[in-house]
Amino acid sequence: MTIEAGLGTVANYVDERTGAAAWMKKNLQKVFPDHWSFLLGEVALYSFVILLLSGTFLTFWFDPSQREVIYDGGYAPLEGLKMSAAYASTLHISFEVRGGLLMRQIHHWSALIFMSAIVAHLLRVFFTGAFRKPREGNWIIGIGLLTLGIVEGFLGYSLPDDLLSGTGIRIAEAIIQALPVVGSYLSYFAFGGAFPGESFIPRIYTVHVLLLPGAFLALITVHLMLVWYQKHTQYPGPGRTEKNVVGYPLMPTYMAKAGGFFFIVFGVIAFLSAVASINPIWLYGPYTPGQISAGSQPDWYMGWLDGLVRMAPPIETHAFGHTISWNILIPGLIIPGILFTGMALYPFIESWITGDKREHHLLDRPRNAPNRTALGAMSLTFMLVCLINGGNDIIATHFSLTINQIMWFTRFGVLILPPIAFVVTKRLCLSLQRADRDLVLHGRETGTLLRLPHGEFVEVHEPISPEKTYLLTSHEQAPALELPAVDAHGVKRAGGLRNKLRARMSIANAETVTKVSANDLKEIEHH
Amino acid sequence: MSNEIEAIKDPGLPAHVHRKADTDPAVANRAERQVATMFGVSAFGTVLLIVSYVFVPQDKFIFIPVMGNQNAHQLGLGLGMAISLFFIGLGAIHWAKTLMPDTEVVAQRHEFRSPDSDRKEFVEAVKSGAGAAGLGRRSLIKRSLGAALGLSALSPLLLLRDLGPLPKKEFETTTWKSGTYLVTDPGNRRIKASDLEVGAVAQVLPEIDDPEHRKLSDIGKDAVLLIRLRPQEFNLEPEKLAMTHDGIIAFSKICSHMGCAVALYEQQTKHLLCPCHQSTFDVTRGAKVIFGPSARPLPQLDITIDSEGYLLARKPFSEPVGPSFWERNSQ
Amino acid sequence: MKRISQYRRHKAAGPFLLILALLAIGTTFNVASAVTSSQTKAVDRSVLIEEGRQIFLKGCSSCHGLNAEGGQIAPSLIGVGAASVDFQVGTGRMPMADMNTQAMRKAPLYDAVETAALAAYVSSLAPGPEIPAESSLNYERDGSTAEGGELFRNNCAMCHNFAGQGGALTQGKYAPTLMGVSPKYIYEAMITGPQSMPVFSDKTITPAEKVSIIKWIKAAENEPNLGGASLGRVGPVTEGLLGWVLGLGILIGVAVWLAMKAR
Repeated sequence: MTIEAGLGTVANYVDERTGAAAWMKKNLQKVFPDHWSFLLGEVALYSFVILLLSGTFLTFWFDPSQREVIYDGGYAPLEGLKMSAAYASTLHISFEVRGGLLMRQIHHWSALIFMSAIVAHLLRVFFTGAFRKPREGNWIIGIGLLTLGIVEGFLGYSLPDDLLSGTGIRIAEAIIQALPVVGSYLSYFAFGGAFPGESFIPRIYTVHVLLLPGAFLALITVHLMLVWYQKHTQYPGPGRTEKNVVGYPLMPTYMAKAGGFFFIVFGVIAFLSAVASINPIWLYGPYTPGQISAGSQPDWYMGWLDGLVRMAPPIETHAFGHTISWNILIPGLIIPGILFTGMALYPFIESWITGDKREHHLLDRPRNAPNRTALGAMSLTFMLVCLINGGNDIIATHFSLTINQIMWFTRFGVLILPPIAFVVTKRLCLSLQRADRDLVLHGRETGTLLRLPHGEFVEVHEPISPEKTYLLTSHEQAPALELPAVDAHGVKRAGGLRNKLRARMSIANAETVTKVSANDLKEIEHH
Repeated sequence: MSNEIEAIKDPGLPAHVHRKADTDPAVANRAERQVATMFGVSAFGTVLLIVSYVFVPQDKFIFIPVMGNQNAHQLGLGLGMAISLFFIGLGAIHWAKTLMPDTEVVAQRHEFRSPDSDRKEFVEAVKSGAGAAGLGRRSLIKRSLGAALGLSALSPLLLLRDLGPLPKKEFETTTWKSGTYLVTDPGNRRIKASDLEVGAVAQVLPEIDDPEHRKLSDIGKDAVLLIRLRPQEFNLEPEKLAMTHDGIIAFSKICSHMGCAVALYEQQTKHLLCPCHQSTFDVTRGAKVIFGPSARPLPQLDITIDSEGYLLARKPFSEPVGPSFWERNSQ
Repeated sequence: MKRISQYRRHKAAGPFLLILALLAIGTTFNVASAVTSSQTKAVDRSVLIEEGRQIFLKGCSSCHGLNAEGGQIAPSLIGVGAASVDFQVGTGRMPMADMNTQAMRKAPLYDAVETAALAAYVSSLAPGPEIPAESSLNYERDGSTAEGGELFRNNCAMCHNFAGQGGALTQGKYAPTLMGVSPKYIYEAMITGPQSMPVFSDKTITPAEKVSIIKWIKAAENEPNLGGASLGRVGPVTEGLLGWVLGLGILIGVAVWLAMKAR
């Protein structure tokens, strides 16, 4: 029996018991558009699977306990020291379990790549406008996954109970403790008493290996089911419309590509883990609150938060026998809260500004949505400035700068640079639109010079292909909303200020270089 | 305005270009061999992994240019695994790209909203369902249900109460008492004032009966940094100056910002720096904050010496150490 | 003189002079070590001090003052001890090249004999920490790595980082890396507190404990890379950078290839 016949038998077997033939047939032929940027989310998904596999391996030996033990393992420089069972068992995984260190490094590297891939995927979705109707819900799930990823990553970083992770927990405790009214109670509840206590690591272990992975699985399932059901977005181009999706069928091409890519992701992470050390916990030593290392930083996805906390002005309020630490609350909770809420609500904000309630399946080229692209560049600049400050001590020593200079630069930069990035990006987008327009009207510069009879030199321009012409002119250019302050009956509309704001933003949003129309092209031909 | 502009027409999907492998069997066969080679390389990777696991001892090191001395066991396992996985992926993708159908397929999309009639019925059903239950009219039910649901959320919160004890006054107290001796950390030896030269520092803890079982939660509040300056270098208020002894000043080592250990003492500038968030404290002015996010000086410990010259605390800390909290009374 | 100078450009002149210089240094070393044990110790010491004073006047006094009393830009050296001179001059930190930056480790300007002379002169001004004897620095024989590690993390890691790689201080100052520093200089730095570094008194960290610290630093320095390239041992910053650049970089590269149509 050939393989094909064998699989056919399986298909029959399955259908006779489930009646899934019609559904399966449809879905095996489901079309997926192909573009490298559509694989960023896949990288995140696959690193999550790798995290589950390597994490399960680690749980077989990891002892999530803060019980004090005397180390008598194989690593001589820590021999005889007091440490927690969590740290000792992490050392055991690293040195005695064969392949344990590799698995630890795979787990940590895939966590870093998981988070980078989520962020890169988020940027792709944002800049191409893939979050628009009907995908707003999936965007919010994505923001939820990002937030969970940050928390899950931080908990994992905290589990080995080495000097670095203990320092991280210490800072987390300070944030809890700073909460008005309930802070000191919450801290005592979370830690089972005074910091560091003996309860925290066992507790976050359960959260890290059970609660959050469960939440991840649920959210990822919904995320993917929605992608499946709503069909993937596609980039604009000839033959691609809002009403179709152009790509390869799931079976076999896309299946082979996506399946193969899982192995690629796993292979690359295994390669990194083979050649590059990550978090050498044995060098940090066990945690005690009286010790600290220079250059104590969180992993990169928390780095921006740490940078924000570093640059906060030293403000506390002392009144009526109470203390409010603005220097912790503002950078640690309020600003991240505003950022993530704003990010989650962005699809609704944008559709409120544009008044566009239609479905969108064709992606925007970022230049054709200058306001959105500029806003993205602005947020990215904000994050990068914060991230730089999060590593300011390492940057200072490696580039002969001072931490004070970097701190002052970022304190001002975090306010000044993002608006500059907005303006520059918006101008850049409009120039690119103009360049597109010129390209369509005048064609491509060939570099060939032509001497005209009267002696003048001109460069020969070659018209671009109809496909390219279509690509550069297929986008929509919606005019600004018309929101008069008074309605048709001359009565002032309610919510005047809100309307004014909306009108202003709508005008800014509609700023564009008029695209070439068929009429324009005809006119040129006549000349 | 948009009516006047005539958009440029869609020329339609470009014609499919055949791959060489689609038309030339030799190319297709070569692609097949390439894919098979990749899978073969993957198998070699697995062999490398097995050999490294079984035959390479864990303490075997080899020298690799650029990377330096590497653990051969770990490197062999990792590279073997990387090769075995990466080349499966590479082979599968190459297979898909060169030999599987690459004609682009067009599938139709349908708008998600249902026909207006269906939708109207659906909305009506929701409305009438809610109306039949009397959600709008029976406000007593609505309100009491809301209250009950809200209250029921309290029970899980209450059940979490036993996660930990109440803090009581513990944030405000440390092990330091009047007369507690300062001992070195680690070592637990008492320190004489004369033991410290000018410019010297020492990490100290309070002396306790059973130093072998010192709790981390106590270190987290008790850790103190001892610094000796020339007495004339101080620029302190008289009561703070009285808390020093002959140029020796003691500060809580737990940062008043977020609790990291502040112990980067710069002898020349007399500044203390916290490596976590770079709050900088001026030792000569009683650890006044001169840079960074911390809003309060580090608490100072009142120290003196006994008749033999050993350093001890004259009084406990007069304010809570470490990061701020709601109940902290700074007045 | 003329006869010698004509060989100046001879091709063997360089190696010859080098050998001569090495012989001279070797002899002086022998003499220097011999004098300490001989009866003429006191006399030779005063010669050494005088020699040191001459070097001091030429090379150091413009900043540190004619009698090492210190000046506007440089501290007094009275009472800093021989250990301090040996550390500062022996590691090339002094004389300073640039007053605006922190004194850095560089090739020493003075040779071992001149450094010893300078140290003798400065320690003759007032008593201070002495250069530790080689025999007391046998970290391979004495001390405990684990204890040294604990002491290191308590007293050193906050500035020099958990693996002795150095770290940033305020206003551009920094704690230098401890990799490749000889045990003698590590010891001298702890007892003299050079530049920003505080002093670690022998009573709070005993000489035996200091040897343990050195033992740990040397263990960390010689520890092979257990998990692959060390990435500088500076923590998560370089790890994050590598994750983005190499990790996600390779994956995006493969993704571009994957989505490219085969020809």
